Amino acid sequence: MATIYVDGKTYEVNHVNNLLHECLQKGIDIPYFCWHPAMGSVGSCRQCAVKQYKDENDATGQIVMSCMVPATDGTKISVDDPEAAAFRKSVIEWLMTNHPHDCPICDEGGECHLQDMTVMTGHAYRRFRFKKKTYINQYLGPLINHEMNRCIQCYRCVRFYKDYAHGDDFDVFGAHNHVYFGRHEDGVLQNEFSGNLVEVCPTGVFTDKTLKQHYTRKWDMTTAPSICTHCGVGCNTIGAERYGGVRRILNRYNGQVNGYFLCDRGRYGYDYVNSAHRIRTPMRRKSNGELGTASKDDVIGNLKNILARKKKVIGIGSPRASVESNFALKKFVGADKYYTGLSDTASKLVEQVIGILKNGPVRSPSLKDIRESDAVFILGEDVTNTAPMMALALRQSVRQAPLKLVDMVKIPRWHEYAVQDVIQQRKGPFFIAGVAGTKLDDIATRTYYAEPDDIARLGYAVAHLLDNNAPAVKKLDEEIRQLAEEIAQALSKAERPLIVSGISLGSEVIIHAAANVAASLSKEQKRTNISYIVPEANTMGVGLLGGGSVGDAIRSAREKKADTVIIFENDLYRRANKESVDTFLKQFENVIVIDYLKNNTTEKATVVLPAGTFGETGGTFVNYEGRAQRYFQVYYQKDELKESWRWLREATMAAGHNDFKEWDNLDAVVGAVNREAAALRNINVAAPTSRFSISGMKMSRSSARYSGRTAIRAHENVHEQKPPDDPDAPFTFTMEGFSGLKPPALNNLFWAPRWNSVQSLTRFQEEIGGPLRGGDPGVRLIEPPGNISFSFFTDIPAAFEKRDDEFYTVPVYHIFGSDELSIQASWIQELTAKPYILLNRRDAETKKLNAGDEPDVQLSGVTLKLPVKISDAIPQGVAGMPVGIPGMDNVLLPGWVKI
Amino acid sequence: MSIDSETMLSNEEQKEIQHEFEHYETKQAACIEALMIVQKHRGWISDDVVKDIAAFLEMSPDEVDSVASFYNLIFRHPVGRNVIFLCDSVSCWVMGSTAIGEHIKQKLGIDYGQTTEDKRFTLLPIACLGTCDHAPAMMINRDTHRNLTPEKVDTVLEKYK
Amino acid sequence: MNKPLTKNIDPKRGPLNLKDYEKAGGYQGMEKALKEMQPGDVTKVVKDSGLRGRGGAGFPTGVKWGFVPMGDNAPHPKYLICNADEMEPGTYKDRLLMEQDPHLLVESMIVSGYAMQADIGYIFLRAEYAEAEKALRKAIAEVYGKKYLGGNILGTNWSFELYIHTSAGRYICGEETALLNALEGKRAIPRAKPPFPPVVGLFGKPTIVNNVETLCSVPHIVNNGAIWYKDLSKTDDAGTKIYGVSGKVKKPGLWELPMGTTMREIIEEHAGGMQDDVKFRGVIPGGASTDFLVEEHYDLPMDYNEVQKAGSRLGTGTMIILDDQTCPVGMVHSLEKFFARESCGFCTPCRDGLPWVEKILRALEEGEGREDDIATLEMHGKFLGPGNTFCAFAPGAVEPLQSAIKYFRDDFQRHINQKRCPWR
Ligand SMILES: Cc1cc2nc3c(=O)[nH]c(=O)nc-3n(C[C@H](O)[C@H](O)[C@H](O)COP(=O)(O)O)c2cc1C
Ligand code: SF4
Ligand code: FES
Repeated sequence: MATIYVDGKTYEVNHVNNLLHECLQKGIDIPYFCWHPAMGSVGSCRQCAVKQYKDENDATGQIVMSCMVPATDGTKISVDDPEAAAFRKSVIEWLMTNHPHDCPICDEGGECHLQDMTVMTGHAYRRFRFKKKTYINQYLGPLINHEMNRCIQCYRCVRFYKDYAHGDDFDVFGAHNHVYFGRHEDGVLQNEFSGNLVEVCPTGVFTDKTLKQHYTRKWDMTTAPSICTHCGVGCNTIGAERYGGVRRILNRYNGQVNGYFLCDRGRYGYDYVNSAHRIRTPMRRKSNGELGTASKDDVIGNLKNILARKKKVIGIGSPRASVESNFALKKFVGADKYYTGLSDTASKLVEQVIGILKNGPVRSPSLKDIRESDAVFILGEDVTNTAPMMALALRQSVRQAPLKLVDMVKIPRWHEYAVQDVIQQRKGPFFIAGVAGTKLDDIATRTYYAEPDDIARLGYAVAHLLDNNAPAVKKLDEEIRQLAEEIAQALSKAERPLIVSGISLGSEVIIHAAANVAASLSKEQKRTNISYIVPEANTMGVGLLGGGSVGDAIRSAREKKADTVIIFENDLYRRANKESVDTFLKQFENVIVIDYLKNNTTEKATVVLPAGTFGETGGTFVNYEGRAQRYFQVYYQKDELKESWRWLREATMAAGHNDFKEWDNLDAVVGAVNREAAALRNINVAAPTSRFSISGMKMSRSSARYSGRTAIRAHENVHEQKPPDDPDAPFTFTMEGFSGLKPPALNNLFWAPRWNSVQSLTRFQEEIGGPLRGGDPGVRLIEPPGNISFSFFTDIPAAFEKRDDEFYTVPVYHIFGSDELSIQASWIQELTAKPYILLNRRDAETKKLNAGDEPDVQLSGVTLKLPVKISDAIPQGVAGMPVGIPGMDNVLLPGWVKI
Repeated sequence: MSIDSETMLSNEEQKEIQHEFEHYETKQAACIEALMIVQKHRGWISDDVVKDIAAFLEMSPDEVDSVASFYNLIFRHPVGRNVIFLCDSVSCWVMGSTAIGEHIKQKLGIDYGQTTEDKRFTLLPIACLGTCDHAPAMMINRDTHRNLTPEKVDTVLEKYK
Repeated sequence: MNKPLTKNIDPKRGPLNLKDYEKAGGYQGMEKALKEMQPGDVTKVVKDSGLRGRGGAGFPTGVKWGFVPMGDNAPHPKYLICNADEMEPGTYKDRLLMEQDPHLLVESMIVSGYAMQADIGYIFLRAEYAEAEKALRKAIAEVYGKKYLGGNILGTNWSFELYIHTSAGRYICGEETALLNALEGKRAIPRAKPPFPPVVGLFGKPTIVNNVETLCSVPHIVNNGAIWYKDLSKTDDAGTKIYGVSGKVKKPGLWELPMGTTMREIIEEHAGGMQDDVKFRGVIPGGASTDFLVEEHYDLPMDYNEVQKAGSRLGTGTMIILDDQTCPVGMVHSLEKFFARESCGFCTPCRDGLPWVEKILRALEEGEGREDDIATLEMHGKFLGPGNTFCAFAPGAVEPLQSAIKYFRDDFQRHINQKRCPWR
């Protein structure tokens, strides 16, 4: 700690930070551009100038950049000093010399940091009388708009894209006052985190191109805190609406999870909410066999009879439905007749993962913990494609070990370019064992491409080297033994080693091997973490709730003698093979599907009810870490879009069941989960209840400047309508209500006096770059027990043996395409991979196949024509096929295929 | 290291660049040399050449271009067979380089940054050539010409075809 | 020997080859250092000699060397870099040394490299110096032949490789940390200090950057001692200095003279005085980025301390003369055009401020000046000062500007009043 003096006032600050950071922390407004809490200081914009005085006797002082000066004890500065203030004003004046002054037509308008800083510094009169320079803009792909003329050369974009996200297809060009930020030539930005440019850029150079298609100003959007629905990481987002549709997704800072950033799938995958394939009304199969719109009363009336015979009903939940909905379904049909909606493989593996995390000695880390890991070993995950934001976190981890050098030469860690000058090319230990090349290979110390069993063998070997009690691997190749040795050494030298694995390859032995490595490391009393990647927003939630798989449902359907199946938000055709699902669904008289998008399963339904997406409903998801997080309905809608549990409640009450009578709002369901589902206890802590209020007010979803408050529904009714109530959330749907600092789980709008842009975040954080005020939201449901004796897994597989006539085919994941929901967005479709089969170069040669050839590929009865892709990074005898993307709908991997 | 036949760089260019690799801790450090070497052979650096150099140095084209576009002696646009660099810095200015510049412009019918139609000359301003005691001065390709007068410029230009 | 730096130079004859250079006493400094002295002794004698950096900033060379980690635990490779970028307008002294006596620089690199136990040396040479490059390459090849470079030099177990890096332009490359980035094949953006290059420099390793002229003094200091070197000077600042004069004098050129020789002597005696039809009005004493001095400073001893006291800097010691037939506003415009174009583009005041300055000066020259232009120029003079920008480039850029306004304000005003340049 240190004491500093700012304009005569005394402040206790943290000496490890710089003055800008600490002043902002204390609520002192200092304008800035180039500094970013996640990316440190570089001192390029010179906007954060203050006067520094040597001591009491120094009356003149010297202008310094507050972002470049450490907050050492006794530092004396003035922000108000007239010279410093004049200089700051000049900086804006310089930056504006070439700025187009096009605020009215700029998407950034109203949430522009440049606007804020211009006002804050007082620059209001233009003296520069010469011609402005202009630039030609670039096409950067479907996600990001480029308007270089607005650039103020703060270098934040390139620092994020290159230095933080390690993208190499974006840079700064030219020199003097002709510096250009963009690409070497027009083209789609290749980095999976490019969308962050939109939030990182303090002005309107990089803006959300998808927002442009239905543009709305910040203050005219209705917003709510949300959780990303596109993978198992659980990034915190803000969903924003106008006129009944989601307009954009913004990052919602959570110090433990995503911090300042989102991946492009998460930011741009929202458009399924607005999709033409949405189910917006109840439907019933008519006598002509067609599925047609029906009134709610009609459908409920129908369900009343069906559900009255409760014994004959089974339920299938979903990893993309909320904990609450799954819980309701399970409660209604009974534990023995509830299925989680996971595939056989996923179900088995998630159970393993939960077992290991609950009983094992090692903790599952938050993304923050991952960013801070100092040695990493990944087994079998292509993290960039299966858990994108975890990959971004992992990219930060390779800096941890070299940062020690930085400390040694006494360079503060926030001094970014100085840090880079010290670190140079050094990277901490980072090992990847995967089935094919991954997007993280560029930071890897060593990569090992192998078939899943061989990956597991490597893991087992590492574990054995770390702890003799862990079983040894027989017949290990010398080369692999050496690799294991290298990995074991690096991990045991680390202070915060991290093992990453997951269920994407469908391999149980990999999960076990990873657990052994982590367990053998943890014996040394260090902070070992293990992170298992799961694919969907609530995979862990249904895993914790417990239940059979879709396969179990299929296999036991006959014996259960059910005539009705209720399916919540799940397309079973993505979980099991087509024939078995077809047969399965045919057995039922009633197939009741509650979902929000049409899919192969809804096609087979007898009754369909419209579920709400994250836009129209609220609930809880549990992420890979075991963190339960609440998302809130974003906007009011008058369609019959409801939480699946609410539909169930309505129907069962009509049928005369009283199970859910008390559940008149989300709190009641959350309360029931809390009481009745042991593994989900504490889930209620994730967010305040709907009764929460401040000064008697609920929180407002809309900003105080929302336009059209009384007119927005004037096409329905010219009289001002009573704002609808939200029984589930401590939010109003309008601008009425509390708009000050809310509890952290309820942040829906980063906005503060004088700070209209997302830079206002500093006002919401307890510690800049650290936790939010009141603590980062979400509650961890799984912690390793105090002292346990972990018994090592011993199922070491034999080494992979390739077959002559078949390839062992593993799933290959794509950030754009493998996820069921985001692919609904047209701009994501543009970026989606086309079907292919990936082969090793030698195998392709043996088969006399060239890249692009389209051989017949046979896989469990299905034959596909797939173009060949060739790689050196996939082992011989193994093939890869993309999963989830159109054209590969019916492919369940891994498995053996014939070419 | 062997010569990579896939890149469009000539064997000679590759050899010269490889020689530079020996002088640095990383291949990427030879980026500026690589650009200068290839420019020596080809006169300028086209977009395709940026890509070839990038591949050879295990960098991305964007990274190479970011460097290339920073330095004024790396040409990202075609230039004439001879490049006239007329010093426009202070000592030469005092000694009348503006008039020399006007003379060249008029004689060749081009402005700064332009190339004559016959591709014989490109005219560029350059920072102090470090021969201020013989101002005004210019450099054509890599030869320095000093104590310029309009008449002297005429004779000098004749030597460059 | 009172002209140690230039004693071998005879432009009519050209540079000495290795044999003749040795005959003229060359490589004795190297022999002495490597055979008779510990590395630390070399640093000590340089420190004691009072040698200050000739690249412009005048930092004591031995002190800088003292920051380099020494001993068994020191990081390696360590680098010694000769800053031969010489792009400061009006400056051409290093060119003379390299073209006319390349072996002196090579010897200097070896001796200085030995002092810091460097493993690799680079001569960072501006691209335009083709003749210097040729001379240096030849000298280096000769020296490698004689095994003064390479492994185990003179049986000392110390190895030193020497390479030439030719730059691709840009004045900012001369700034020592930007130079490091350029050598690493990156954009030449200055680095943050700290860390300072002697501790964290090229590729993150200990690195010394010194100017050509600075280094060239070292073998002589080693040979003749610190006291000898101090005695060469007329003032407290030690040694000799290569002074230069350009502009409308009778005999523009370069002369090695005792440090502290007066401006009058340099201009009147060595440069032959002003040309007949013009009068002296002012001088930029040490390259483009120093403040104007005027007639009242004519008798100033030209050393670091005295020139600083007079409100300017000795800089590179190469003077550019302003005469009464030349427009001071035009001269400053030429300078600022250079600076605006050469700004690296990293920090705001420099990147966007200097083009504004340049445009105003052009407007003044073209008769489009406005009443508040001088105030705007002054604002830039003040706000582009040290500390306000990321590196020393912009502060240097505004030195001639602010001093021109100070001494020639009336001329600026006349441009505005008359709506034209009075000299045109
Ligand atoms: C913009 C700028 C340009 C510079 N250019 C040169 C140069 O061309 N040559 C040089 O020796 N020093 C130059 N310097 C000074 C160097 O940064 C550095 O101080 C010098 O090379 C150190 O050597 P010395 O101590 O021997 O003078 C420049 C400094 C700045 C700020
Ligand atoms: S002052 Fe700033 S823009 Fe100018 S050269 Fe230095 S770092 Fe670059
Ligand atoms: S924020 Fe401090 S210089 Fe940019």
